[in-house]
Amino acid sequence: MKQLLKLNEARTSLKQWLQPIRKSERSDRMQLSASKAAFRVMVQKEFSDHIRSWRFAILLAIIVLACIGSIYSAITALQAQGSGSSANSFLFLKIFTLSDGTIPQFTQFVAFLGPLMGIALGFDAVNTERSKGTLSRLISQPIYRDDFLKAKFTASLLLVSIVIFSLGFLVMGLGLIVIGFPPTPEEFIRVMLFLLMAVVYVGFWLNLSILLSVRFKQAATSALFAIAIWIFFTVFYSIIINLVSNAILPDQNGTTEEIMRYYNQMDLLSRISPAELFGDITTTLLMPNVRSLGVLTMEQVTLALESPLALGQSILLVWPQLTALVALTVICFGLSYYWFMRQEIRARS
Amino acid sequence: MEPVIELTRLSKKYDHYTAVNQLDLTIYRGEVFGLLGPNGAGKTTTILMMLGLTERTSGDVKVLGLDPNQHAITIKTKVGYMPDDIGFYDDRSAIDNLIYTARLNGIKEKEARLQAEQLLHRVGLADAATKKVSSFSRGMRQRLGLADVLIKQPEIIILDEPTLGIDPEGVRELLELISQLSKEEGITVLLCSHHLHQVQQVCDRVGLFVKGELVACGNIHQLSQAINQDSLTTIELEIKHYPASLQAALQELEQVVSIQAQSQPNGEEMMTALSISCTEDITPVIAKLAAEHTELYMIHRKGYGLDDIYHQYFEGGETRETALKAK
Repeated sequence: MKQLLKLNEARTSLKQWLQPIRKSERSDRMQLSASKAAFRVMVQKEFSDHIRSWRFAILLAIIVLACIGSIYSAITALQAQGSGSSANSFLFLKIFTLSDGTIPQFTQFVAFLGPLMGIALGFDAVNTERSKGTLSRLISQPIYRDDFLKAKFTASLLLVSIVIFSLGFLVMGLGLIVIGFPPTPEEFIRVMLFLLMAVVYVGFWLNLSILLSVRFKQAATSALFAIAIWIFFTVFYSIIINLVSNAILPDQNGTTEEIMRYYNQMDLLSRISPAELFGDITTTLLMPNVRSLGVLTMEQVTLALESPLALGQSILLVWPQLTALVALTVICFGLSYYWFMRQEIRARS
Repeated sequence: MEPVIELTRLSKKYDHYTAVNQLDLTIYRGEVFGLLGPNGAGKTTTILMMLGLTERTSGDVKVLGLDPNQHAITIKTKVGYMPDDIGFYDDRSAIDNLIYTARLNGIKEKEARLQAEQLLHRVGLADAATKKVSSFSRGMRQRLGLADVLIKQPEIIILDEPTLGIDPEGVRELLELISQLSKEEGITVLLCSHHLHQVQQVCDRVGLFVKGELVACGNIHQLSQAINQDSLTTIELEIKHYPASLQAALQELEQVVSIQAQSQPNGEEMMTALSISCTEDITPVIAKLAAEHTELYMIHRKGYGLDDIYHQYFEGGETRETALKAK
């Protein structure tokens, strides 16, 4: 009996001891759910801001026009090719990768205009709020600072993925009507994966431009800086690579090791560019016949069957590229987080 | 009285510049406190530290008993802050801006709309509720700002230069609204301004803030007493010439502590402005002397009104020091 009483006593004391902890836990949880709700509200607001903006309408118009052009070009090329030997293998994917030479193919358009869309949606994300004085008002509401950045990124990325996927489906649908040849499940999955990768790629540019908008107080500066980086990687980087390549070109009569090393070095250099990474991904996913992204020696090629890669193998091949893209995105986000969290926020400064 | 904001030895240093220096300040529940100081005195920096929007260099801040570095979110649900030159989303309507703020504070959409409508009515913007904020005048923006601060139903509101750029009538209305809020709803108000007159109309207590330091704190009466501590009376007069004979005569008076003379243009001619510190009020004597020696344009005894408090602390800080030295 006495023991039972003691036990009871111990239980009540334990309860008393636990109570404040539970209470604080509850308030923490309440705060957490409140902050989640605030995050959702911010995403909604950002998203509707983008949808309403002229900038988005113009971008969308450009991209849709480009896509329709590229489908037209792909279909004329397909028809010109006729029922050739390669017609039976992955015909559907050719809508995305084929061109009659006058207008670039769909993948090129995505690779070229995608970054522009990312930059356009992100370059003034933070600094415009700052210069309009809304940032200090917003940050004095009970929201976490990082939620603000995350909301900006999430809303824009959501928009980007909607645009890219709907474009992808548009192209597929049009292609289906015109060539009348349905995709195989594998082709469908490949296209979906390609669209997903495109979202990741645009997400990188989006994050880069948000980073610049945190760093630079003027929206014009961050826009110019982002466009400069974009132009550098799409235009100048390959020129520089060519120059370097000519400079370190080994002797024609060099050993295999030397030549291999040269090619590997060149690959490594060119893969610093996110555009190159995305190009690799596109090629591998949409052209299953591509077996390797590097050099292959004769030794490796002999006895290989000339057949397309299986889907799993293609994914395996682009895995490093995908990792690199995601890593670049994460680095940009980390940097903007670091800068933004430590920034002092005053009205209009 | 329960303190709601406590600052102890609070300092903030930017690279080489000290914005706030060892500040001690306590604000109690329900009072309207005016933080008064010239531009760049560190008022805004102090507010930012209270809300955890900038990191402090040293010292301690407690807002509602909580440290803003650790409980920023809790504090921000209970404290409304209206920055100077407040910004809104220009392409949205006034009511949309308010609803957004309310929803960030965890208020459900329906309720938020209801509250926003009530508040807009209260600040006199009911007619402009659906207009875009870009079409608002400065005064309307400030009033919308007040509604924005109130929609979270705060315990404390901090207003940074709320009357900046509003016409006198607008200022009067805004100040009335503020004192009404504090009386009816028991909200603690911290008001930052460099307009002494406006602050004096609504504030229970005033803190004078110069170069990052609180030089005086109390109600207006206490402040003017503090200034009068040296119990000198200043008499100002304007005369045509300042002959040596007058100077000698003035200096002979035993009540005169110091004389400052300054020649000023008066139309085509020049005149002299004298400022005489005396231990006693001897205005009639001086007037008589001046009239004997030269032509007297104007004479008056300086009372310690609010303007003087302002001048003494902010602008005439140096003359005050010299006056003290002379004594």
